Amino acid sequence: MGMAVSQKILANKSKKDRVDFGEIVLADVDLAFANDITAPISVDFVKKLGVDVFDKDKIALIPDHFTPNKDISSANQCKVMRDFVKEKDIPNYWESGEVGIEHALLPEQGYVKPGMLIVGADSHTCTHGALGAFATGMGSTDVGFAFATGKSWFRVPESIKFVYNGKRNRWVGGKDLILYTIGKIGVAGALYKSMEFSGDAIRELPMEDRLTMCNMAIEAGGKNGIIEPDDVTFEYLSERGVLKDSYEVFKSDEDADYSDIVEIDVNEIEPQVALPHLPENAKGISQIGEDIKIDQAFIGSCTNGRITDLRIAAEILKNNKVAKYVRLIVIPATVDVYKQAMKEGLFDIFLEAGAVVSTPTCGPCLGGYMGILADGEVAISTSNRNFVGRMGSKKSFIYLSSPAVAAASAIAGKIISPDEVIR
Amino acid sequence: MKFSGRAWVYGDNVDTDVIIPARYLNTSDASELAKHCMEDIDENFVKKIKKGDMIVAGYNFGSGSSREHAPIAIKASGVSCVIAKSFARIFYRNSFNMGLPIFESSDAADDIKDADEIEVDADRGVIKNLTTGKIYKATPIPEFMQELINAGGLFGYAKELLNK
Ligand code: SF4
Repeated sequence: MGMAVSQKILANKSKKDRVDFGEIVLADVDLAFANDITAPISVDFVKKLGVDVFDKDKIALIPDHFTPNKDISSANQCKVMRDFVKEKDIPNYWESGEVGIEHALLPEQGYVKPGMLIVGADSHTCTHGALGAFATGMGSTDVGFAFATGKSWFRVPESIKFVYNGKRNRWVGGKDLILYTIGKIGVAGALYKSMEFSGDAIRELPMEDRLTMCNMAIEAGGKNGIIEPDDVTFEYLSERGVLKDSYEVFKSDEDADYSDIVEIDVNEIEPQVALPHLPENAKGISQIGEDIKIDQAFIGSCTNGRITDLRIAAEILKNNKVAKYVRLIVIPATVDVYKQAMKEGLFDIFLEAGAVVSTPTCGPCLGGYMGILADGEVAISTSNRNFVGRMGSKKSFIYLSSPAVAAASAIAGKIISPDEVIR
Repeated sequence: MKFSGRAWVYGDNVDTDVIIPARYLNTSDASELAKHCMEDIDENFVKKIKKGDMIVAGYNFGSGSSREHAPIAIKASGVSCVIAKSFARIFYRNSFNMGLPIFESSDAADDIKDADEIEVDADRGVIKNLTTGKIYKATPIPEFMQELINAGGLFGYAKELLNK
């Protein structure tokens, strides 16, 4: 019996010829990272052990959640991280002004390569599987363990293969494919499992959209999301100066053992919206029925804060105004995205439309600060979670969508299809 | 080790945002976090519970973010353990790392009613409903987890590994 790509990477990193489902392995980690919320506990772990980090270059510390610091406590948390970075002289640290959301920043800056084993103290670490790495989120203590030892333990997951065939409809991107998929299998549909995305439609998909898909593997309970590297991957890497001989490409065997194979006909998929309060409440936009008025639209986050996302939003917002009493918040995910958007004149379009544009941060995605929702308010968000209270009041309502739907809805003041703005 | 207390029953997909909302994540101080435990699913949770009580829930408990603050908050609030149909995987390993005992049992999760009195024999994985007299068995934990516990958690295990 062959092995699936996730299995192969875990076998390689634990120096074994093969690993089987359920087996627990201790494997070598290629990259371990934490953010301003999760790092203090990881740092504490290393300090208590009284050791050095295992390899400075294989560690990254990213203050992205509350940057620039929103209050005294979060400033203190960042300080713990910054002091540690100074003390251990860790190169991979970005201060406000350089920092972006970890899952957008690391691939963009060429830190993520095929075949790597990546652990991050953030659940959306699964994003990095889009480049053919095995990447999974863990708690701070586990990541502290990796910082100190260079290792982490893994229970080898079964894989589910998702095969996407057909042609994408207009306005349908990675976000719609993944929302549709979660709608189909549910928020625990891939619990403990690896989600392998494949098929013609994935081969056609730009890297940004692949990152969006893998980003939300966790929203189906998945341990990781992964896409086998192909020309799209290689080009993305070479644009970032990542040399071809600096990584190893793993692919699933023909006879790999999958716990399930899910075929998805992409022709059938229209722009998706996930209704409160679970990502699995995904529906095609034409299926929502009633008018859903919104108070806020948010375009950003590690799911949809990349340049292609902002371009689509700008295309729709151009020469349009945000509806009265609606706040549109746009947050580029990284400084490079920010600069590029500025260069392309996208900010002019956003500001003309009446949007707020912020410097890179997680912002309202996790309801920490900037764009908190009041009681009874409704938001459409390009982020990944619409849990109760996620963006503020526990009496607020979050709908998840692509940037195209969010931008169109901001203009209309209610959830609509981008087709209603641009025919 | 044995735990006993009242069951507080919740549904499926209890996520880490309701266990401990992000607005309180500007600290990792356990007693601070405990004050807001389960606040967004049950406003008076912290006031109502007594030391030793347990949370009983459906499938996918602890889904969502990787925040260790979730098991920390539960443990510090005085809850002795969580019984659920299934746990989200990051929460599962975080709970071990944070020393919050968790038990997977579909039968128990289906059967136990709010306010039932429960006793859990942690070593044997046996859950007893003192109100109804029913007994349930929790899924045994993987051998490796037992090794971890024996080594004194991840910290002890790291020490062993680094001294090799
Ligand atoms: S953007 Fe949102 S989901 Fe992504 S890392 Fe930040 S808080 Fe988490």
